Amino acid sequence: MTTTIPGASGRGTAYAAVPAAGATELTKVYGEGETKVVALDRVSVEFMQGEFTAIMGPSGSGKSTLMHCMAGLDTISGGSSRIGETELTGLKDKKLTQLRRDKVGFVFQAFNLLPTLNALENITLPMDIAGRKPDEQWLQQVVETVGLSGRLKHRPSQLSGGQQQRVAVARALAARPEIIFADEPTGNLDSRSGAEVLGFLRNSVRELGQTVVMVTHDPVAAGYADRVVFLADGRIVDELRDPTSEQVLDMMKRFDAKGRVS
Amino acid sequence: MLRTALRNVFAHKARLLMTVLAVMLGVAFVSGTLVFTSTISDAYTKSSEQGFDHVDVRLQPDEDADEGRPGDPPPLTQDLLDQAAALPGVKSATGNVAGFAALADKDGDLVGDGWSTSGANYYPATGDGGRGEDPRYPMQDGRGPENANEIAIDAKTAERTGYEVGDTPRMSVDGPVLEPTITGVFTTDDGNVAAGGSLVLFDTETAQDLFTKPGEYTEIDLAAAPGTSEKQLRAEAQKILPAESEALTGTKLADDQAREIEQGMDGLRTAMLAFAGIALFVGIFLIANTFTMLVAQRTKELALLRAVGASRRQVTRSVLFEAVAVGTVAALAGLAAGAGIGAGLRSLMGATGQTVPDGPLIVSPSTVIVSLVVGIVVTVLAAWLPARRAAKIPPVAAMSSVHAQASTRSLVVRNVIGAVIAGGGALMVVAGTTADDGKALMGGGAAVLLIGIFVLTPLLSRPLIALSAPLLRMFGVSGKLARQNAVRNPRRTAATASALMIGLTLITGLTVIGSGISNAIDKMATDAMKADYSVSMSNFTPLSPEVEKKLSELDEVTASSPLRTVPVAIGGDEEDLTAVKGEAVGQLLELDFAEGSFDGLAEGVPAGGGAAKAIVDDDTAEDEGWKTGDTIEVTYQDGAKGTLTVSGIYHGNEMIKGIMLDTSVVNSHVDKITDFEVWLKTEGGESGAMKDKLEAALGDNPAIAVMNEEDVSEAIAGLISMMLNILYAMLGMAVLVAVLGVINTLAMSVFERSQEIGMLRAIGLDRRAVKRMVRLESLVISLFGGVLGIGLGVFLGWAAGELISSSLDTYSLVLPWERMGYFLAGAALVGMLAALWPARRASRLNMLAAIKSE
Repeated sequence: MTTTIPGASGRGTAYAAVPAAGATELTKVYGEGETKVVALDRVSVEFMQGEFTAIMGPSGSGKSTLMHCMAGLDTISGGSSRIGETELTGLKDKKLTQLRRDKVGFVFQAFNLLPTLNALENITLPMDIAGRKPDEQWLQQVVETVGLSGRLKHRPSQLSGGQQQRVAVARALAARPEIIFADEPTGNLDSRSGAEVLGFLRNSVRELGQTVVMVTHDPVAAGYADRVVFLADGRIVDELRDPTSEQVLDMMKRFDAKGRVS
Repeated sequence: MLRTALRNVFAHKARLLMTVLAVMLGVAFVSGTLVFTSTISDAYTKSSEQGFDHVDVRLQPDEDADEGRPGDPPPLTQDLLDQAAALPGVKSATGNVAGFAALADKDGDLVGDGWSTSGANYYPATGDGGRGEDPRYPMQDGRGPENANEIAIDAKTAERTGYEVGDTPRMSVDGPVLEPTITGVFTTDDGNVAAGGSLVLFDTETAQDLFTKPGEYTEIDLAAAPGTSEKQLRAEAQKILPAESEALTGTKLADDQAREIEQGMDGLRTAMLAFAGIALFVGIFLIANTFTMLVAQRTKELALLRAVGASRRQVTRSVLFEAVAVGTVAALAGLAAGAGIGAGLRSLMGATGQTVPDGPLIVSPSTVIVSLVVGIVVTVLAAWLPARRAAKIPPVAAMSSVHAQASTRSLVVRNVIGAVIAGGGALMVVAGTTADDGKALMGGGAAVLLIGIFVLTPLLSRPLIALSAPLLRMFGVSGKLARQNAVRNPRRTAATASALMIGLTLITGLTVIGSGISNAIDKMATDAMKADYSVSMSNFTPLSPEVEKKLSELDEVTASSPLRTVPVAIGGDEEDLTAVKGEAVGQLLELDFAEGSFDGLAEGVPAGGGAAKAIVDDDTAEDEGWKTGDTIEVTYQDGAKGTLTVSGIYHGNEMIKGIMLDTSVVNSHVDKITDFEVWLKTEGGESGAMKDKLEAALGDNPAIAVMNEEDVSEAIAGLISMMLNILYAMLGMAVLVAVLGVINTLAMSVFERSQEIGMLRAIGLDRRAVKRMVRLESLVISLFGGVLGIGLGVFLGWAAGELISSSLDTYSLVLPWERMGYFLAGAALVGMLAALWPARRASRLNMLAAIKSE
């Protein structure tokens, strides 16, 4: 694993290459006997602090499962997984929930927001759950970054899809988690809104120093990342640094071809 | 379409379970009531027929005959019996004497609570030289009673109490304690005994002493000789019949009794069915809610059906078919459960001492039909609106990816309609409080008000639930989310809370009225009571004058008076005079005199004749136009006439009213002197020791109650709270259905919000907090229903009280705060219990399945 920080990320050198999350020999098996499906096959990977990583792969490759297991949303069948210094393996539901609450931010494809809460309340929800007061200055900064200042009192139903996802990003950022996991965050958006959201995610890494891991099947989305990890059949098969969407697309095409040949 | 409908029923069986349960409970209540009442009345009817096996014709005083003579018709004499025995076609004639006889068990407690214990005479058949046996009461053991110190008891009672021939149980008929020897144990087909009562037999002379007068009978039974029909015998008997008496055939007696039982059962049946109706009505909310939610969840499916060419009517029909299927299953299950309830109620009655005659469990065809029709009709009715709503789903909804949203249709129209209905209902109720005959107006108003409030509940839900915000804030995010979830779908919340509201409105209203009445009766009974003790038979049958005499002879008793009812005729109308001891009554009774006083009451009839003084209550005085100094002409039972002078007018109430005068004026004119109460003033006032002393003086008679003011209050309160408890038990069914409704709503909400809950879990809400969120939502909805119900109940209770107070002037509004607190706590408990399962489900939700997009 490289220890230098890619200059292309545009950040200074203030961050040492410390992993924000990592997995060793991570295995996830569904079902038993005849119906046994190996979703993840001894995957070892690390996500560095202050880096924007995209996980790519064809559907069924296990990319979402990898994210779920590493974010503490799903149990693992073998190996280990950690967030910061904390080993997830063997944690009870209560500790795991606390860990997600305090150290992880999430952006999902849909159903990110509670319809009964307004935008601001949705953004501060993780802090409310933890019973913490949000850092007003930081909150201000996050809200401005995602461009929601004028819409904080709006309910989700009064916001466009793009705006809703920006609220979700703001929520993930507001609690200053150690790592943000985004699961197809642009899957339901048109390309312009999608580009906006991806821009914010990248900015949060470059300007605010966040760590972001994003699962996507969209080469354009992956093009925003500092690093792309390719998954196929539950294994990491390749990775790219500072990719362009064309490079990603090429890579995907090769997998597809390979898949067809084999 | 039928197949689609049926498939749906099976596809959503877990969700429909609550609906089935609700319909089932209601139907079970209905069919249980019908099974129970028909079983009981059938058994009673059979036992009443048994009771008349030995009777072909019965001669008895005619209660309806009015010959201008005050009081009951004259009893039948020995002469009549002798005459009847000599009639052609009579095989035997039996003179009956019957009345109340209390029997104490070995612990000194009353057998059968003093209500169903009777006494009668053992009438040995004449014929065999006068030393025969009474064919009605074959002796299982020993022989019939022959003198005043002997009795026989029925075998069932003997078995229950453990008495045997030779035992000397304590017993009492009208006060004095008797300790006769049991000489026989008999079997009988007497209906009362079959129904769990006890029967004590005396020899005829003793029975006459106790119940009538020597040589007098309450009934004469004739048995026909072979070859003589009932009718022929009756025709013969008519010839010797004295005035104010009648001759009835055994068949007619049995028919009359059966009809009476049927009528008695009718009242019970109507009351029980009313409560079943309430439970079913509450069930309608639950069913309508379920179908609304099922339709909402199936929006896409139904839209697809429309898109592929199903007409609106077909969609409506498919939902209704589903309702019919659910209703049928639920009604059948309810019917089965109802038979169980019927059997259970019978054995419950048996367990509480009110033994009922044995007989088969009757499930009549009409019970089956009524139960099925009720179950199906109610379900279809409740599903009607949701079915129409389903038909309005546009086919395009099948293509849209948007999840079915709660109806956002404006509530404005609904609110205006609701406000008008509720306002109208409230006005009707208020108008009813002052109207001359406000009952119908008020009842109608109450129903209209309830409907109006139901229509308004969605509007009321927001502000009322907002009130809970400060409390819920203590629970952090869970509390906040719970509050917002509770008002998220106002219609659903309203329907759920309304179901609970109806039950609690009735419960609170009845409790308010009950407390007021209890208080009013208590005031009536105790306000005027200056006496330290009131002595009466524990079942309020008449007391022998011996009791007052014995008590007045005690050194500790400083003043005493009986309350003696004396039937008289005044200007052709029958009245009851109340005779008291004139010299003592002033110390025992405190009356509010408008004019005059107790003075002079004790003088009785002046020496040499003339008018005796009497006091009259103000209502009677006003009705009759009497003033002090006026004279009243009365005709006594023995035909003698007397004159009374009104010497005082007092303010009476339901318990103390009418014409009051001295016992000396009337004693000689009464057939048989009986008192219904004795009042005592004792030296040093009331005390536990004094009560013991008084009871000892009466031979520690279990049939006599010696009560101080507190005991009287307690007895009244006990009676009212027993009635309330029965009503609570009945209304509990409606509350139970409402609980099912809350469970159902929550389960649906959890299901609908599974993605949201998954997201919350992902971003850090732990299982406990999720559970708490669901529980608090349930709590908020239940308390909302509770507050509405209690509020409405108080209002209706107040209104009904206003109506009652016009005829019961000691009535005043008493708000039972403590009980209302319990009801609110009960509503909260309902909420917590109802949330158990849905909350658990929510906390166990698979986070990933919930947040994974399709």
